[in-house]
Order: sequence, then structure tokens, then C-alpha cells
Amino acid sequence: MNASTTANFVNIGERTNVTGSARFKKLIMEGDYATAVEVARQQVENGAQVIDVNMDEGLLDAVHAMTTFLKLISAEPDIARVPVMVDSSKWHVIEAGLQCVSGKPIVNSISMKEGEEEFLAHARLCMDYGAAAVVMAFDETGQADTKQRKVEICTRAYKLLTGIGFPPEDIIFDPNIFAVATGIEEHDRYGLDFLEAVKEIKAACPHAKTSGGLSNLSFSFRGNEVVRRAMHSVFLYHAIPAGLDMAIVNAGQIDIYDQIDPTLREACEDVILNRDVPGEETATERLIALAESYKGTDKKAEKEAAEWRGWKVEKRLEHALVKGIDAHIVDDTEEMRAATEQRGGRPIEVIEGPLMDGMNVVGDLFGSGKMFLPQVVKSARVMKKAVAHLIPYIEAEKDKLPEAEQKTKGRIVMATVKGDVHDIGKNIVGVVLQCNGYDVIDLGVMVPWSDILKAANDNKADIIGLSGLITPSLDEMVTVAEEMQGAAMTIPLLIGGATTSKVHTALRIDPAYEGPVIHVLDASRAVGVASRLLSDTQRDAFVDDTASDYVKVREAREGKTKNPLFTIEEARANHYDPFYRDKPGHPQQPGVHVFDDWSLADLREYIDWTPFFRAWELHGNYPRILEDEVVGETARTLFDDANAMLDRIVDEKWLTARGVCGLWPCARDGDDITVHLDEGREHVVLPMLRQQIKKSRERANMCLADFIDPAGDWIGGFAVGIHGIDEPSRRFQEAKDDYSDILLKSLADRFAEAFAERLHKHVRTNLWGYAPDEQLSNDALIKEEYRGIRPAPGYPACPDHSLKPILFDLLDAPANTGLTLTENFAMWPTAAVSGFYFGHPEAEYFGVARIGRDQLEDYAQRRGVDIATAERWLRPNLD
Amino acid sequence: MTSSRERLMQEAAKRVLISDGAFGTQIQNRKLSEADYAGDLGLTADQKGNNDILALTRPDVIADITRAYLDAGSDIVSTNTFSANTISQADYNAQDKVEAINVESARIARELADEFAAKDGRPRFVAGAIGPTNKTLSLSPDVEDPGFREITFDHLVEVYRQQAAALVKGGADFILIETVFDTLNAKAGIFAVKKLEREIGRDVPIMMSMTLTDLSGRNLSGHTVEAFWYAVRHAKPITIGLNCSFGAEQLRPHVQLLAKLADTLVMVYPNAGLPNELGEYDEAPDTTASLVKAWADKGQVNILGGCCGSTPEHIAAMAKAVQGLAPRELPEPPTIMRLAGLEPFEIAA
Repeated sequence: MNASTTANFVNIGERTNVTGSARFKKLIMEGDYATAVEVARQQVENGAQVIDVNMDEGLLDAVHAMTTFLKLISAEPDIARVPVMVDSSKWHVIEAGLQCVSGKPIVNSISMKEGEEEFLAHARLCMDYGAAAVVMAFDETGQADTKQRKVEICTRAYKLLTGIGFPPEDIIFDPNIFAVATGIEEHDRYGLDFLEAVKEIKAACPHAKTSGGLSNLSFSFRGNEVVRRAMHSVFLYHAIPAGLDMAIVNAGQIDIYDQIDPTLREACEDVILNRDVPGEETATERLIALAESYKGTDKKAEKEAAEWRGWKVEKRLEHALVKGIDAHIVDDTEEMRAATEQRGGRPIEVIEGPLMDGMNVVGDLFGSGKMFLPQVVKSARVMKKAVAHLIPYIEAEKDKLPEAEQKTKGRIVMATVKGDVHDIGKNIVGVVLQCNGYDVIDLGVMVPWSDILKAANDNKADIIGLSGLITPSLDEMVTVAEEMQGAAMTIPLLIGGATTSKVHTALRIDPAYEGPVIHVLDASRAVGVASRLLSDTQRDAFVDDTASDYVKVREAREGKTKNPLFTIEEARANHYDPFYRDKPGHPQQPGVHVFDDWSLADLREYIDWTPFFRAWELHGNYPRILEDEVVGETARTLFDDANAMLDRIVDEKWLTARGVCGLWPCARDGDDITVHLDEGREHVVLPMLRQQIKKSRERANMCLADFIDPAGDWIGGFAVGIHGIDEPSRRFQEAKDDYSDILLKSLADRFAEAFAERLHKHVRTNLWGYAPDEQLSNDALIKEEYRGIRPAPGYPACPDHSLKPILFDLLDAPANTGLTLTENFAMWPTAAVSGFYFGHPEAEYFGVARIGRDQLEDYAQRRGVDIATAERWLRPNLD
Repeated sequence: MTSSRERLMQEAAKRVLISDGAFGTQIQNRKLSEADYAGDLGLTADQKGNNDILALTRPDVIADITRAYLDAGSDIVSTNTFSANTISQADYNAQDKVEAINVESARIARELADEFAAKDGRPRFVAGAIGPTNKTLSLSPDVEDPGFREITFDHLVEVYRQQAAALVKGGADFILIETVFDTLNAKAGIFAVKKLEREIGRDVPIMMSMTLTDLSGRNLSGHTVEAFWYAVRHAKPITIGLNCSFGAEQLRPHVQLLAKLADTLVMVYPNAGLPNELGEYDEAPDTTASLVKAWADKGQVNILGGCCGSTPEHIAAMAKAVQGLAPRELPEPPTIMRLAGLEPFEIAA
């Protein structure tokens, strides 16, 4: 593990800088240091590696503000863990700061502005205080503008500093980033001069670093964020290879270079690199013209915006809901509320009237397939904000009225069952139901049956909805149904989630509860099911139909001639026989490898987008889905939103990818794989399950153990997880922004899968190294065109989730990755993947499918548990 | 004449050197009375327990203990001046004696060191010990007011500068800033010594020793061993190391880390084990010696000694145990920018 963090390029956060952040300035001016400290904390949590603290504001006592703030953050280990950059144009402020900072900080800045003597006096103090120093390219005659001046001043300063024993590795030169494309010809070379100067300074001044304040560059384009971001990104794209080591920058003000509109990117490049074509308009002219067109698009949109803003308020509310625009919703809702009040109406009428009318339009469009889930969730965000605005008025009114009749369509208690943590699907269903006027009480994840029943009773719920993703949740749902029966409840029970099915619901859950039990295939069905269940006229027919449907399923199942099974002995005799001589060799680096913080930018390249769209109920393969006639537009919008969020996730480091993998010697022993650990540690047995359905001669009854040589072989394991979702998720929830919240969660899932893919590649090409020359595109990776497999416990080839704790022990996963398991073996945080590595070229995925009683009993013994426990774990594979 | 810095480096290149052990335990064993402590200094407060003042009132006791360590094989003896600063001496109303205590303590150690060196021709060194004081620059004593500090950086610099000046005046070769629980206090100490160097116009080498307050390897102000090293490296200390903290057993991983990291001598002087139920240190000399020898065997240390609970017997056992073992060779870490908050941060070359 890395004891220390080594960085290649450092983004220095500028949010604790009163000259860089209006918000921070306001907090300090108001003396709200507690909140100001939180700004620093967020900055570190979001990945700032150094925090710049600047209190240079005319109306502030900068010494007092600097020392107060530095002392306060030094009491916060979460913040104080990173170095501080003490930033001021006044030396006495810097020195006061240095007296409060421990560790080794950076001084920003010193220069030869007032002559050599003062420069060296400050440098000596930096040495006495133990601080690195930013040296501005500034001398007695002024700031260096040309390349020659920059290089000249910096090399002169370098000579002076090293002459008094200042460590060269503690010098950071800031050769001044100036605004370009100002229209003044002398400024045209500023960008290029900086880049060239950096290169020369780095060559002339061994060990010294370079830095710059980025926002100056785009000063001419204030107010045109699109152009500014593009300029910053293009500049860094060239400056980092030139040798720029760090920059003071607002991470939100940078785009991904490759994703900038190529026309704009080229225009920025021309300006920064000062590429003029003789006889044509200048680079500056081109960029200014182009920038106008970006402003123009803004204007066009503004014009459209202005148009609907002129409509009457009911129509505006509907438009906002259908289009998912939340910019004016609070104002419009308030206008509607005030108007309603004036004519003697009640605030609830705003919801029941125009807002519900708008949502009905959304519901109709969704129901008829003209709107898609991502848009509906955006509409819900708007609705939630409107309702949140009205709630205080409704509450205030309740005190006056006997009992405000709640005219919702019905109240639904929803939960992800105990032992399970997956909630994206449940959240989507919740949002869709809310959009359609249902009152949803979401109990969250890992909810025990007792809490679900209590919440249903306390809130007089009309329906209970259960969700779950992992197979043990199926049993937990049966438990909830049994308890509902025990409590003599009669309200309908809805079942949903990835592993649930109509067959399981009919076979296991429906018989446990006499009230209506309905399996809901996906979110788009939820409203139809709920409305029929709560309709006086349709309910009985619907419940009867479903019940008789389930009876038919059960009968069909019973009468079905099941595929005959081999005995386990017969199945074993028909095992798969790989050519063991092809087995992968000794790993290059056996043992356990920990990855504390895999680059999100790298993982982003490995994202498989098709399942992402599937999570949003948009079906089709990426990238074709983007051009799909029906859902293409929605998919594109969703894809754009996802990429915008990815930019922020990566730039602002919202998430941390932590993983571990291990490679161990092992041998096959029957259907067990015995992992051989170091001396002094007991061998670990991984019991595997074998296909038992009778097969024709040519086809083997597969078991993962078959891919392992009994004479000695190697096996791997891994666990990866994405941490850090809680904080941004909380922010989105507080802002009533389900859309962003679900987007975030679905992206975190994609990151986890991408990490599994990326790590597997690293194992194949490096750690195990049996495919060192593998060159596969992301497409080919997604199609699994590589050698070896990574089956996960709980999935068809290895259906027993309970192998996860064994795998986690082998990997020391909780300590190494921060991942934990629930009692039903769901991984926490949710965005996580774990599994085994099999490297034999013939290894392939298969489904164990149904197994016999004989194998169950044999497995229970090998797994070391009683038969009832094994039965519970393997339920989906039993009769 | 070669400087103390150069002579220590020369000796350290030949063998593992030995410093001394605790004063406190030795003084306690002598069961001194208030009269012994107070002498005829005419101070207004009780002096019993003010170990440092004995340099003025019972110099024979301090000399005896120092002699015992030199007899046991110490190459470096430290002065009994852990609390001889104006902040700590205020508890005994003896601030006025700070200058004298430090000068006298250094003189006693210097004379004995020179006497032993003259006898066998082996150089002996005097480390002028500076404790952290009982005030901290990084932490607030008031949980309600985390921004509050009991002292200022400038005040602490002046306190340290005064003590260091007196120690050097009395003949100390080095200033040993020891038992650093607060990294910012140590930085004030460095600042003070650098100031002193300019005042007297010569090099005053610093020995720097951190103390850990938890087993994960952080001091009270929260710095990891690595972050601490980066935070004090500008002192160009002649030794960096760990003292007090726990017994040798618990220090092992941190010594290993420091040994790889620091391009200067590593000095470690742990307590004689962990205190028992009665608060006494009862780790046998041979046990401590065998634990610290393990570091020497692996080439991880240059100087060994003892802190709380250690005795001349412990030092003798150590000296014997490491005899003939090769000293640690100094690593040559690459020249890169190394910054630190509570944790280290490096920027690649």
C-alpha cells in the first residue's frame, strides 16, 4: 500500500480563497468560520491535494482571518491531512499564517518585486519555517510577460535561491498566466510564451516546479463559461506535457479535452498556441466570432425560454413539469399559491389542480410510450420542488382546519428488504408513483419485516412494495409475506427487483399471504398496478385475474416434466476435462494486491453503457441506442447528463475506487477448490456446485472446479467497490433532485463494473501475466473476448452468495477496500463487484441450474453448514 | 578542529553508537529531600520534584548519574534539562534560574564527556536536551473553542532560544529537541535554533526526536512519522528518531519506516517496555537490549539509547549487544518536492 501520496499534476483548490470564491469571502466577512471550515472539508473530500488559503480582502483584518482559519482547520484531521498553501500578497500575513501551520506548507508567494534583498530575506524565512515557496516571475521592473523575461527572471531567482542553500525541490515558479485573445496584438503570444517558458525553466532549473493561476487566461470571455472551460482545458492539455506541475484552478471549470466541440477546441488551440494563418483573420478574431455563436445559442435558448415564460401560470407549471425545467418552479408555484389564496382557495389545491394536471400529462405521455423514464424522473424533480414549497403552507393550514383531507390516490410503503442494499430500482418506482399522485413512504434499504409492517400500520398504507436484487432477498420477501399473514393484514403486496420473477412470486410468495400479491415487472407497470389495486371498480377483477394467473403458473410448474437429473456421482463422472497442460503458469506477482484509489478517469474508459441504459428502462445496445428512432433523443439527453456528471465526478473526485485482488496456489479436490495459503495459515476450501441436469454424451456437467488442475494450479479473487456516494447523494436528496441521485447511483454501479473489467485486465496482462500482449478494445472486453473468466458468487456459475465471506477473508476485503457484507451477503457500498479469477483458456461461464437433493446434502457437508441453511442459500437452484 | 557534526558522522560511520538512559528513575532512587532540591537558592515555591534544578543544588547527583552512563558505554550523554525552560519552570517559580540550570547542566556533562574521551581517546558528545514544554501550539486546551491557543509561536521561539543559547554556552555539542508530541512546537524549536546560529555565528546541529501517542504511528498533533520527517527536514538535523512513546516492541514498524526514509542518522531511545500496573517499568536490561539489537541487526539504526525506566544496566546491555554490528547506511532518496499536512504528500519529479 502507498504510505504516501505521490502526485504527477496537482490541482490546488481555490475555494478557500476570498479572491477566488465569492461564497467563501462572504462567510469570512460575516465571521461564519464554522461554515468556512466546512468549505475546506468539502474541498478535501472532493480530492483537493493542497488547499490554498487567501484572506486578501481590503475590508478584512487579513492576519486575524488567516490565523483564525488556519488554527480552526488544524483541529480538523479530515482537513489538516493535506498541506496548506498560505497565500497572500503581504508577507506579514504569510508569516502570521506560517506560525499556525504544521507539517510542510507552501508559501504563495515571494518575488524580486522589491529587490533581491527582500526576496532573499523572505526566502530565508521560508527555510526557517520549513516551507516550500511559489516564486512569481516578477522583478524590480515588473511582471514578466514575454518568454524571455519569464525565463530570465526565474533562472535569476533560481541562482539566488540555491546560492543561499534554498532546496531547489522546494521552489515553485509561477511564470504568470495572462489573458489572451484580448484584441491587443501584444497579448497574442502570452499563452505560447507561458508554455515555452515553462519548458525552458524546467530545463534550466533542475528539481524546481512550475505553477500558474488558470482563470486569468480566459479573462476576455467572462460570462461565456463554455468558451472559458474550453480554453482552460486546452491550455492544461498543452501545459502539463510542457512541464506544468500544478495549477490553482476551479475543478468545475475544466472540460475533458476530447469532449470539447472540435471547432471550439481548434479555435482555442489556435489562440493559445498563437497560430495565425497569414492573410486570414487572426486566431483571436476567429475565437471571438465563434464565442459569439456560443453566446448566440444561449440567446436562442433564452428567446425560447422567454416565450414560455410569458404564458399564464397554469400553463407554465405544466410546461415546466413536462419539460423537466426546475429553474422557475418555486416562483411559479408561489404565484399560483398566492392567486389561489386570493380567490379564497387552499394551498393543497395547487397540488391537486395545476400540478397534478401537469403530472397527468406526464403520466399519459409515459404510459403511451412518448416519454421515457429519465424524462419522467426529471419531471418528478420539478414536482418535488413545487410540493416542498407548498408543504409549509399546507402544514400551517392544518392547524386551522379540522382534518385536511388528503386527496392522494393512495399511500404506498416501500422498502428494500433486510439484508439487501440495492435501491436504484426501488427509487425509480417510488418516483414514478409519486409523479402519478401517490403518497410514497420510502423506508430505505435493509429494512426488517417488523419495521415494514409497523410503517404500513402507522401510516394506514394502502399498499406495501418490496424490492430486492440479490437472491437471498427472495426468501426475505417470503418472510415479510408470512408476517403480513400472521398480522392478519389484507392490503396488497407488490414485489419487484431484478431477481424477482412472476414464477417465484407465484410459487413462493403468493401462497404465504392471503391478500393480493402482485409481481411488478418494471417501473412503467407500477402505476397501472397500483391504480387498479386502489380502484373501487377494477380491483376485484384485477386481483382475481392475477391470483388465477398465479395458480396456473403453479399448476404448470407442478405438471411440468422437469428435466431429469443425474445423481451427483453420475454428474461428476461426466465432468468437464480441460487440457491441463494449457493451464496458466505461475503468476508474475502472486499474493494480495491493494488498490486504494484507482483513477476514475481511467475507469471511465471502461464503462459498459448498455446496462446503464437498461437501468433507466431504455432498451437497446450502446451506441446504437443513441440513434434509435424511438428512444434515441431521450437516450442522448441521458447520455449527455451522465457525461456531465461524470466530468464532475472525475474532476471533483466525488468517488473513490478501492479494490483488492489476490492470486493463490490451489488444487482441485473433487468439486472443491482448495486454496493453499502461506505456511501457518490453514488452507481454504471453496466448495463449488455442479450441473446435474442430464446431458447427452458430448456435453459435460460443468463445475467451476473442473477448470482447476488437481495436480496444482492457481486461482484468483477480487473485490472492488466505489466509495463516496453518500455525500453527493445526500446533497441531491436535500435538493429534492431524484434525477441526479439516481443518475449518480447508476453511474457508481457502472464504475464498479468498469473497475472489475479494468482490474481483470491488469491481472491478465500484469499481475498474473498470462496474457501480457493482450490488446482488446472496450467493445471486445465487453464481449469477453479475453482469456479466462471472473464468475461472481451469487451468479449462475457459482450461485451460492455465501462464498462471498470466504472470498472476503482471503482478500481481507473489509480492511483493504472498506467493503462489508450484510447478513445476506449483499456488498456495502452497493456499487461493488467481487468474484474469482479462472485463467484456463477453456474456462467459460455456464449456469448450474437445478440441482438434486443428493448434491444439496453433499454441498452442505462440504460447506460446513446444516442442510436447512444450505437450502436457504441455494433455494433458486432447488426444485 | 573538526566540528561536532563531522566528528559524530565519522564515529557513526564506524559503529552503532550508544546514548544514555533516563535521569528521572535514577534521581527517584536517591530519595532526595526538599532541602536537597531547594538548596540555598532562596526560591519561594517548593522545589521537590524539580529534577532539573539539581544541577544547581546537588550537581554531584547529576554528575554521578552521567558518570554511570558513561561507564556503561554511552557515546552521547544528554543534559538533565527536559523541563529547564521558562514555561515549565514557572510551575516552581524558578524561571529566573533557567539560564543557570542549562549552563551548569551542560557544563557537568561536558566535563565528564571530556574526561572519558581523554581516558580512552574515543569521542564523547553532549546533547543539550530540550523538552516540548507543557503547552502546545497545535491544539486548543478548550474543547469549546478549537481556535484558542495557550501560547504563541513567537513566545515559544523565545523560550527555546533562551534555553538553547544557555546549553551551547555550557558546552553542549547538539541541541536535542526531544519527545516531540506537537510538530509545530518542534518547528518553533528549529526556528529558535536557527536564530541562535545566526546570533552566535556558528552551526548548532539539531537532534530531533518524535514521540508517538498511538500505535498507528502518529504524535499528539496527528502527524505520521513520514509527515513529521518532511515537516522538520529543513532543520537538516544530524539525527532524526523516536523516543519515549512505547517500548521497543511497539516502535518496530515505525523505526523500520524511518530507517528507509531519512537521509540522516537515526536515533531511537524507547522506554524500558510498557509500565506495569504500578506504573513502573520492569523490562529487564537484556530484554530491551535484545529488542533494540534486532534493529541494529537489520541496519535500521545509528544510535540507540533508553528513555523512561531505562538504567545504566540497560545501556550497558545495549552497548554489549550491538558491539561489532555495522551501523545503518544512509539512504539517498530522490530529490522531489515533499510536502506534508498530517499526512505526507509528494510531487513526482
